[in-house]
Order: sequence, then structure tokens, then C-alpha cells
Amino acid sequence: MRNERLMPYLLIAPSILFLAVFFAYPLVETITLAFRHHGGWSLHNFGTMAQDLNFRDSLVNTFGLVLVVVPLQLVLALAMALMLRPLRRGRDLVLWIWSIPLGISDLAAGLVWLSILTDRGYFNTILFHLGLIAHPQSWLTYETPGALFAAILITELWRATAIVFLILVAGLQLLPKEYAEAAEIFGASPWQRLTRITIPLLKPSIQSALILRTVLAFEMFATVLSLGGRNFPVLMSEAFNWQYNEQNAGVAACFAILVMLASLGATLFYLRAIRVRPEQLP
Amino acid sequence: MTRLRRWLYAAGILMLCAWTLVPIYLIAVSSLGPSGTVYAWPKQFAPGGLSLHTIASFFAINGVWHATLMSVETAGICMVLSILLGLPAGYALARYTFVGSDAYRLVIILTRAFPIGILALPLSVSFVSFGIYDTPLGVGLVHTALALPFAVLVSSSLFLGIPREMEEAGWVFGCSRFAAFRRLVLPLAVPGIAAVAIFAFVISWNEVFAASVLTLRNRTLTAFLLAVLSESPLHVQFAGGLLLILPSVLFIFLVRRYLFAVWGVASR
Repeated sequence: MRNERLMPYLLIAPSILFLAVFFAYPLVETITLAFRHHGGWSLHNFGTMAQDLNFRDSLVNTFGLVLVVVPLQLVLALAMALMLRPLRRGRDLVLWIWSIPLGISDLAAGLVWLSILTDRGYFNTILFHLGLIAHPQSWLTYETPGALFAAILITELWRATAIVFLILVAGLQLLPKEYAEAAEIFGASPWQRLTRITIPLLKPSIQSALILRTVLAFEMFATVLSLGGRNFPVLMSEAFNWQYNEQNAGVAACFAILVMLASLGATLFYLRAIRVRPEQLP
Repeated sequence: MTRLRRWLYAAGILMLCAWTLVPIYLIAVSSLGPSGTVYAWPKQFAPGGLSLHTIASFFAINGVWHATLMSVETAGICMVLSILLGLPAGYALARYTFVGSDAYRLVIILTRAFPIGILALPLSVSFVSFGIYDTPLGVGLVHTALALPFAVLVSSSLFLGIPREMEEAGWVFGCSRFAAFRRLVLPLAVPGIAAVAIFAFVISWNEVFAASVLTLRNRTLTAFLLAVLSESPLHVQFAGGLLLILPSVLFIFLVRRYLFAVWGVASR
């Protein structure tokens, strides 16, 4: 039976090897690249990064967007998940429609909203018919940072709420109905049932949805480029620029490390802030 | 529920459906309308007629067909590798209890809490020396790193859903472990495996950052579009956007039964 005991290790070995080569190795390599300059170890690359004209903007833009978009997505997704619950007829259809953005890439989503928000787009047409503007108006330029921020925000909200929504729906399906029923018998209002029963029981799902979504939000890249070009620098677009246009892998790696640290920080924050005690789970 | 509340509830559901669908409808109207639709002012919300003019002029651009082909090749490689590497691992997690299985599962889940696309940056250097820079294989390998965690976790929950007793019955009747898997488990698992494959395909088809970093002339469709974005006229951008969306929407429809296996169970 020696064979049987080795079997699971043989089965997982290929995936471990693969992840070692394409996950662990580039991770170490990124750190090495960032801290090396002219053959020695130094913080020189980080200095170059900090002096980049767009550094401050990219930092502010990235964190600003993540801080606004992720909470909005959580609220919207929770509302959608709760609305889906009592639905009887057409539930599968609604579920499918609400999940469609899951398959849409950030680039395509950016282009979809570009067709709406561009100068001669549908948004301006509505404003025109309402009598608010007489001529096509630009929203996605350097002179309209607020409008550009809002455009990227709406696009992200449209594209990436679906993933949070699906995780929450899956979590809701696992909750036993008895808790909410008991609360109802004891006279809890719908709002009390939501905030005292449903949301606390949903914590594990909320936690993993937030982790996944925040990490992806820090990687924001093609949405921003397709809507605003280089008018709205973010960390990933700067990393891409240093790698590609400046041919400086060291500084690009510094931006990469920043994104990793932000993701790691957010994950640790969620793990601490949303404590999940296994014994309290249904 | 009172009448008013029922009405509000239905209106809310419909509005959220419209919020998802109307933008897709609008880009379709833009890119499938007669030539000039894209630049018309003010815009018509109803389709002004069906014409493939914009789509045709998109495919007439030098490099679009090549980029589409590269995207399909890359996604195909990602799909095959994710299945080959992920399925055995998922089976091991579902059927065996072994020392280190929890650690392995944790590592797999942790990789998802990590910006994997960014790891393409250092890989471009080593890819040049291995001769796989600017090839579908190189990009496909990085995309597999993105898709593999999903493949492992989904196939694990897939095999958990197939009763162990079926296999044991096979052994009793003299099947080897592998024959029992192939004849009894695999046929039941095929739809789920197809879903895993489709997910790997979509992840690769949609990925922009790694594909842009790791290619130069053999760009995937997303990387190609991103590279020509700043100098392309609007109708090219919209046609490209619509073509990126269509396969994804179809795929999500095909795998809709497995969405929860991917995002729900796997995220715990």
C-alpha cells in the first residue's frame, strides 16, 4: 500500500512545481530586481520611483478609487443578493444577467463605457435632450479630473460588482432559515434581522469577497487606460510604463512591490477587522 | 407585501437588469449600425439598421486577425494546462486525506489574494533567454498561473460531489484505481471539467497586463487593442470592445450552473 500513500503527493506535485516556477520564482525575482542597482543592493530604484512625476498622482488615484469603489460594491452586491433571495419566477434569468459582467474584461468594460461617455456619446445625448448642454462636451480629459474619476468609478462598479454579488449569494444559500424565522417570531424588524442575523452570519463570505475584490482593484489597469489614457495614472499603469517605455525593470518592480504590499495590507486588515469565529458559524 | 412594495421590488430588479444590459446594448448599437453611427450627434438610442461595416473595417486592420489567432492559441494553452495540472490536484484534495493537504489548500487560496498579473514583469527577462518571449506559450504559461487556483478548487468540489462509493464499487468488481476513475467518475465529471476549461479560457482571453508585458509582435487581442488604443479611431475601439465581450457573455451562459462552484464554494 506504499503506492496509495504516495498517490496524493504525485497528484499535487505537478501543480506545486508549476506554481514554484511561475509564482514563487517571479515573486523572489521582483524583490531582487527592485533592490538591485548596478550590481549592488540599494534603494536607488525606490528613489527613482518617488521622483517620478506621476508617482504621487498614481498613489492617490489608486488608493482613492479602491477606497471608494470597494465599499460601494459591497453595498450594491449585498442589496442585489438580498433582492434575489425572495425571487421565485425568473430567478435563474436574473442571476445570469447580473453575472454577465463577470466574463467581461477590464479593457472591454472601459471601451463599453467610453462609447457612452465620449464627446458624442449617449450620456451627452441625454444631457442634450434634457437641455443641459447644447454641444458635445468632453468628460474624460485632464481638465475634468472629477468627471474622469466618476467615469472610472462607474465602469468598475458596472464590471466588477458581479464577483462580490456571486460570493454573497453563495454564502446566503448556506445560511439556515431558522435563525431569521426565530428572530421574526420574537418580533425583530426586517432591518434588525438584516443587521443582527444575516450580516453577522454572512461574515466569512463578506470577508473573502472583500479580499478578492480589493486585490483585483489594486491591479486596476486597462479600464483606466481605455477611458482616460495617460490622464489618470495608477500604480499598474506606471509599472507598465517603466517596464515598457522607459525599459527600466527595476523601477517597474518597485511599483509592483507597492501593489503587492497594498494587497497584502488589505488582506491582513480584512482578516483582523472581520473576525470569523468558527464556533459561531451555523 | 403590500402592492406598492411589490411594485418597487419588481422595478428594482428590472432597473438592475437594465444597468447590466443597456451598456452592452449601446456598444452593440454603435458598432453594428451603418457607417457613421459612431460619430453621429445627437445619438439615436434605437438601432438605425444592421450593418457589419464597422466590424469589417476593424478586421481589415493589419494585425487584428493575427492578434485574434494569438488570443485563441494562448487561451487554448491556458485551458489545457489548467486542466492537466488542476484536475489531479483537485482529485487528490477530494479523495485522499494526507499530511499537508490543508497547507496545500491554503497555499492555493492564498495565491488568489495576490496580484498575480504583476509577476509577468520579472518573467519577461527569463522568457527572452528561454526563447518563449513574445509567444502564445509564454503568455499561456503565466495565464495558467492565474487560472490554476480556480481549476484546483473547482475540480476538488466537483469530485467531492461524486459519491466515493461508485469508485469503491468499481474496485470491488476488479477495476484498477485508474480504470474506475476513467469509467465511473470521469463521465459524471465531464460537464464540470468543461466548466473549468471554459473559465480558464475566459481568464486568459480577458487578461491584459501580462499579455502586454510579455508580447511585442505576437500580441493577443487585448494586448493589441491596448497598444493601438491611443491612435485608433473610435469605431475601431468600439468594434474591438464588442468582439471582446461577445465570447465572454456566451461563456458565462454556458457555465452558469457552475458559477457558484467557482466563486462560492471555492472562496471559503
